[in-house]
Parts: sequence; C-alpha cells; structure tokens
Amino acid sequence: MDETAPGAERVNTLTDAWSWLTSGSHWSGADGIGNRLGEHLFLTAVCLLISCALALPVALVLGHLGKGGALAVNISNVGRAIPTFAVLVLLLLTPIGPYGDWPTIIALVLFAMPPLLTNAYVGIRGVDADVVRAARGMGMTGHQLLTRVELPLAAPLILTGVRIAAVQLVATATIAALVGGGGLGRIITAGFNLASTPMVVAGAVLVAVFALLVEALFEVVRRLAPRWVRGDTG
Amino acid sequence: MTAPPDDCLARNDWICGAYLTGRRHILWDAVVQHLQLTVVSVLIALVLAVPLALAARRRRWASGPVLGITTVLYTIPSLAMFSLLLPVYGLSASLVVAGLVLYSLTLLVRNILAGLRAVPEETRQAARGMGYGPIRLLLTVELPLALPASMAGLRIATVSAVSLVTIGAIVGHGGLGNLIYAGMNTFFKAQVLTASVLCVIIAIVADLLLLAIQRVLTPWTRRPRERSA
Repeated sequence: MDETAPGAERVNTLTDAWSWLTSGSHWSGADGIGNRLGEHLFLTAVCLLISCALALPVALVLGHLGKGGALAVNISNVGRAIPTFAVLVLLLLTPIGPYGDWPTIIALVLFAMPPLLTNAYVGIRGVDADVVRAARGMGMTGHQLLTRVELPLAAPLILTGVRIAAVQLVATATIAALVGGGGLGRIITAGFNLASTPMVVAGAVLVAVFALLVEALFEVVRRLAPRWVRGDTG
Repeated sequence: MTAPPDDCLARNDWICGAYLTGRRHILWDAVVQHLQLTVVSVLIALVLAVPLALAARRRRWASGPVLGITTVLYTIPSLAMFSLLLPVYGLSASLVVAGLVLYSLTLLVRNILAGLRAVPEETRQAARGMGYGPIRLLLTVELPLALPASMAGLRIATVSAVSLVTIGAIVGHGGLGNLIYAGMNTFFKAQVLTASVLCVIIAIVADLLLLAIQRVLTPWTRRPRERSA
C-alpha cells in the first residue's frame, strides 16, 4: 500500500468495496446485507408509523385551535441542538437500555417528531383565513372544518414533514449501529472494527443509496398525487 | 484491604461533582476539540457557499445542479458520509471537517440564495440608476439585504455541526462525542451525561452568539416602526 500513489489506492478501495458488495456470501446470514437491510427498513417503517400516530393528531388539533404555536415551531430548533448519538447512549444507560431495540426506537421516534409537528402545525395555520371563515359561514362544525377544509389544504406541508421525518429516521437508524442496534450502520461499524476500509465504504454506499431511495420515493409519490396534495399553484 | 470509596464515581451516579473536578482537563480538551472542529468546518463551508450561491443566482443554469448536488449530499446520513470519506482522508480530523463542510454547505447555499433572491428588483434598479456598478451593487446592496436569511442559515448550520461532531467519535475525532463513546463502552453515566449536556450548551451558546452578531450587523431590521414613522 505504501508504494502505490494515493490516487491508485483510492481506486483500489472503490473496486474492493464493489467486490465486497457483489460477493454473494456477504448478502446472507444474520450479519448479511439482506438481513441488515430488512432491519433498517423495519426500524424506519415502524418508527415512522409510531411518530406519525403520535405527532400528527396533536399538531392538527393544535393548529386547528391555534394554540401552542411557539412550542410546535421551536421544537425543531431544539431537536437540532441535541445530538442523536448522545440521546441514544443516554437511553442505553437508563433502565430501558437492556430491552433490545427499545432505546433505538424511542430515540428514533423522538427525532422524527419535530419535523412532523412543525410542518403539520404550520400547514394548518397557513390555511387562508378567508377560506376558514367561508367554511364556518357554510355551517361547518369544527370537526368538518378540520377534516374537509384544513387537512386537504395543509396536505402538501404535512407530506413534506413526513418526508423529512422519514429521511431523518433512515439517518438515525444508521447511528443506532454505534450503540449496538441493528440496521445497515452495523456493516459500517463492523468494517471499522475489522479495519476493513472496503467494508466501511460498501456499508456507507448502501446507507447513502437507501436514504436517497427513500427521498426519491416521496418525490415520486408527490408527483403522482393529485394536484391539491402536490401544492402546485400552476 | 481497604473498602472501595463510596463516592459518586464509585456509585456510577448520573450527576457527579467529583467527575467534574477530577476530569476537568479531559473535559476541557474535548470541548476545545469540539469547538475547533465546528468553527473550522463552518468557516470553510461559508467561504465555499458564498461564491456557489452567487453563481447560482447569476447563472440560471448553475442553480439546478448546485441545489441538486447539495440536497443529495444533505440526504446522506452522517455516519455514511464520514465513512465514504475514509479512503480519501483516513482516520483524521480532516475527515470529520470534510463531512461537516459538506453538510453546512447545503444549509448555507440554500439560505444565501434565498436571501439574494428576496432582494426586491426595484431596489436593484434604484441602485443601478444611482450609478452602482455590479460589484458595488453586490457588496453594498444585495449582500447586506441577504444577511438576515444568510445568518439564519449560518445559525442552523452551526447548531447542526455542533451536534454532528459527536458522530466523529467513530474515527476518534469527535470532541465531546469521544467521551460519550468511551462512556458508553464503560457504562460511565456521569461522563455520558456531562458530555451530552456540554454539547447542548455549546449549541445554544453558539446560536445566541450568532443571533447577537446578526443584530449588530443588521440594525435596520430592529426598528421597523421608527423607520416607517
């Protein structure tokens, strides 16, 4: 390695990473790519469902009532200041630490909630006041107003929040590997422990592609959705 | 045989005064490393972001690729980003700085561009009418008016960078993240909590500091009523 030029070494690492990725034996078994991919997908999906179920109703009702705005808007800024890794380790050292995936799931849900809360709240509050007044004038109840007027009009921003939360979840599920959780990050940490740069790079490529695919999936959903969900003005 | 000391270190308490005084130097070194990594990364990102944003503003064809590439970079999870840079930088502080620069770049370019685009066309025309050349227009009219949006981006980028430095622990250059990582492996509760709290404090102080700088730099945003009266 010492005699080769740094450029050549880099190319070697990339080809080594590629051959690591395409070798069939690395895809099977408990530590295989297939299993890690499944864990990552499962963690992301479960936590997205939990955080949506917790955050969206609260944000919708708060937005409808017009209360708690400062909290809903500032919670994203607070969330950004708290390192995900620190929260994961803190949870790991608390009494819930030994319970398998629970510290990871709690941390993931905590970090997915701020964008959901903020976007849903801002979306509902952003509905034109004249539209809301017109709906009230037509005799709509609060419930009807929320589900038939505010929710559809806020849909583009709510969907943006879900997209940010999903991408955030993929990223946080990767960090979970640092504290012994499952997911694709485990390939990276295992590579570091084995001092195998090709394995680290292969794992990183997998994680990056996974995150970009999730982002692309939401973009496709947005493009295929009816115009009122897309939020296009044209 | 002497009995083990019954202090908070031996009991492994979350909050421990003896830890704070006894490991003062370790904590201080970690804080200094944390600050160095953050400041260097954000400054490099700022130096790169201004020309990129200006290019995207001036040349219509450049805005698509610049925004597209920075968005893709921002989507890549931090652990993967640091790992992808491993073949280039090895296990070094430069690796953490390079990763943080790429993240900060996205936030800065987007916000500076938004600030530049928000400068009213009438303002620009008025400056041109007063005989301002393109350079003078940029330096004395456009950039100052883009400052509030740019500073908002800088604050978000700085706070994010403080938090992301901790992931640098994977390559041994994570500032306070190193203490959290080591504390996790030894179940050292006081160390993990102290380092985490210090991290959040650094983020909050940095945010407030930038807010104060923004207020000094943009005095016209503070007195809208007096001006209109």
